[in-house]
Amino acid sequence: MAAAAIELERLERRYGERVALRGVSVRVEVGQTLVVLGANGAGKTTLLRVLATLLRPHGGACRVLGHDLPAAAWEVRGLIGYLGHDPLLYRDLTGRENLGYHARLRGVAPGRVGEQLKAVGMERRADEPVRELSKGMVQRLAVARATLHDPALLLLDEPRANLDPGAAEQLEPLIGRGSGRTRVMVTHDVEGGLTEADLALGLRGASQAFALRAAGVSPSEARGLYA
Amino acid sequence: MIRTAATILRKDLRIELRTRESVPAMALFTVTVYVLFHFGLDRDSLDGELASGVLWVTLLLATVIGVSRLFATEREQGGIDALLLAPVDRTALFLAKAAALFLYLLALEVVAVPAFGLLLLGPDLVDTLPELPAILLLADVGLASVGALVAALAIETRARELIVPLLLLPLLVPLLIGAASATEPLLRGDQAAEGLGRFLALLAAYDAVFVLIAVAVFDFLLDD
Repeated sequence: MAAAAIELERLERRYGERVALRGVSVRVEVGQTLVVLGANGAGKTTLLRVLATLLRPHGGACRVLGHDLPAAAWEVRGLIGYLGHDPLLYRDLTGRENLGYHARLRGVAPGRVGEQLKAVGMERRADEPVRELSKGMVQRLAVARATLHDPALLLLDEPRANLDPGAAEQLEPLIGRGSGRTRVMVTHDVEGGLTEADLALGLRGASQAFALRAAGVSPSEARGLYA
Repeated sequence: MIRTAATILRKDLRIELRTRESVPAMALFTVTVYVLFHFGLDRDSLDGELASGVLWVTLLLATVIGVSRLFATEREQGGIDALLLAPVDRTALFLAKAAALFLYLLALEVVAVPAFGLLLLGPDLVDTLPELPAILLLADVGLASVGALVAALAIETRARELIVPLLLLPLLVPLLIGAASATEPLLRGDQAAEGLGRFLALLAAYDAVFVLIAVAVFDFLLDD
């Protein structure tokens, strides 16, 4: 059997005494999309941050792109693109300067910055400080940042937040199914998420409620997570 | 690692040049304190131990301002997550932050030392100021390395405005002793002061110890 992109076995994570994730087990094959559903505080963002190496797992096993976490966090960092609530862009720098900074940090060729700005439709506003851009434009730049190094795995937290339908369509080749990348996507758009995903992970109260093929999960069952 | 540190440093300096949040605040604070001493002590001029103490304690307090702001953009704009997500040696972050603080201190001293001379030294002692750079440079290396270390320690704490001075100032006591003791003979008008080399050696040893400690532990400070 080919190595999975993500293998979690009874994953656990705590914040002090509080359990943020418990008993999460899921296997995502290369190229598949996992949608993570659950109410606020269910542990969705914590799961993404563990996969992104920003948080250490406290129990169970966590293997990402063939590397065990947290031991091989260094290897994983170069292979993932993380798009969280925060765009991770400096407001006092322009979009071009921000992407140039991230390109240098990751050893990406400078020419890639222009390509990314074009891909997200931000060429004309690329030399304005980020603080002067709308939320939608900042989100476009955040997508450009997260995919700058052509990551194998995308970790997406509400990736289409603040995007108008045209922008969402424009970014599909970068973060959508068409990207061909393995994706873990947190969303509150239950129907859209289930339609787009191969697998669905439901979290309730920091524990796994289900981990099934997305086609086998009904929207009403998924909405039960929010009750 | 040096290339990564240079990238982070360039970004920090660009943001500081645009926002002017740290250095002007440090300089304004320092000049204000010298003005307060000028009027509060009600003396025409200071010399010796008192002058040296006023110079260095004020510079150390101004350093607290710089240290408090050192990770501000990373904290407020998510830059620290971006750095942690990149496959870069975290020691590069220490080098960049320490270098940024070192440059902020140099910029501060370009304003603060002449202001100190003008407001608090007699005309004879103003001539001694050119002797200060070696002491300032050695002290700045120590201030920058300890400052970057403490700033990183405080980054995830809620009471960072309290943590920074409470951690930083006690750690700076040996540096204050060395710098003030090295400066005191100069501010007495004693150009060939005995023991100057000893105090410069103390500052150099302090710098070496804290740079090594910071390089050794910085990776763990930023770990979850």
